[in-house]
Amino acid sequence: MAELADAAHAAAEHGAEGQTVQEYITHHLSYLTYGKFPDGHWGLAHTPDEAVSMGFMAIHVDTMGWSLFIGASFLLFFRYIGLRATSDVPGGMQNFVESIFEFVESQVNAGFNYKNPHVAPLALTVFVWIILMNMMDLVPVDWLPEIAMAVGGLWGLEHMSFKVVPTTDPNITMGMSISVFFLILYYSVKNKGLGGFLKELAFHPFGKWMLPFNLIIEIPTLFAKPVSLGLRLFGNLYAGELLFLLISGLLGAYQLPAHFVWAVFHLLVIPLQAFVFMMLTIVYLNAAHEPAHGDH
Amino acid sequence: MDITLTIIGQSVAFFVFWWFCSKYVWPLFMDIMEERRQKIADGLEAATRAGKDLELAQAKSTDQLKVAKVEAAGIIDLANKRGSQIVDEAKDKAKEEAKRIVAGAQADIEQEVNRAKEVLRTQVSAIAIAGAEKILEGSINQAANEEMLNKLASEL
Repeated sequence: MAELADAAHAAAEHGAEGQTVQEYITHHLSYLTYGKFPDGHWGLAHTPDEAVSMGFMAIHVDTMGWSLFIGASFLLFFRYIGLRATSDVPGGMQNFVESIFEFVESQVNAGFNYKNPHVAPLALTVFVWIILMNMMDLVPVDWLPEIAMAVGGLWGLEHMSFKVVPTTDPNITMGMSISVFFLILYYSVKNKGLGGFLKELAFHPFGKWMLPFNLIIEIPTLFAKPVSLGLRLFGNLYAGELLFLLISGLLGAYQLPAHFVWAVFHLLVIPLQAFVFMMLTIVYLNAAHEPAHGDH
Repeated sequence: MDITLTIIGQSVAFFVFWWFCSKYVWPLFMDIMEERRQKIADGLEAATRAGKDLELAQAKSTDQLKVAKVEAAGIIDLANKRGSQIVDEAKDKAKEEAKRIVAGAQADIEQEVNRAKEVLRTQVSAIAIAGAEKILEGSINQAANEEMLNKLASEL
């Protein structure tokens, strides 16, 4: 243990150019933030403190940008393949994309029992988008930030933060899970009627004489859905990223074996979390389509 | 956890991407896969139909072969019959012809015999007359004896 700590200390000093491990990790966990300074003008935050001072009125340029870039690229790519697709024997790329389609379709068929042609595309979007965002985790932690700092240096931002894994930003994961939450509300009201939806909250699971207890149970359950959905994804990926940073920060040049082992393990987490998010979205929407319960 | 405008940005992106996927991506692949499913179904159906057709054709050809065999046997039978008939007819004809030829020959022979008899008769009568002339030496009237001699000749 002491040896490891020594090695880590040495590596930290040599590898991270005078930064302590803590500084190194903090730097990697901060965002490139564009927002409204307390004095009212808009601009890029130069330090994490400045970013914090912006409060809500800020955009994480890095995670938001990667999220948009990844989502748009995969959709355009799929469309490109789809436009050139043939119903005869499919080629390699078409085959690959079709296998994803079939996978998602089979999951939707298994988990969603009602007619809604928009649910399957939603599941596909969510699944592929999240899996690709998660995969940014496999890019060695310093590559893109170093490039970003080199480019940023041209504008005096040589210490800028640059976070490349969008799903390690709670804004990104919660942004999606809250959208799913709104969809749950929308489809619940649409399919059960406002009355049916409220009845489900008020008269379940114990019948109308226990209404307060029902509300105490059902309302947190309802709100737990988006929170758990978003935080699960964020937590898994944040932890994964943090471990990559620890490996990189502590072990410096000796990180390769450990990085490899964790990357292999992470290969399981990446599709699993995307799959869980997709499945839960399907299940929640399925519940939102269930007809209102009869007499209660 | 610093919640910022990013969360709204991501929500907007979420709905935009969903809309794009559901309008411009999902249908492309669903159509193609449905089309392929249809093609495969059609192909399988065609294969089943072709198999049935083959079976039917085989049964038909076997039947036709049987019919042809029966027909051929009939034709051979007929030909054999006809052949023997022709041979019989020819035999009959030949027999008749032979009879006719024999009959003709017999008639010819009879005729010759008759003619020879006639000649003989005349010659014998002439010899007889000559003999008698010699014997009687002119006492006999040739005209008076002619009738008697003819009678004699016809009796011969």
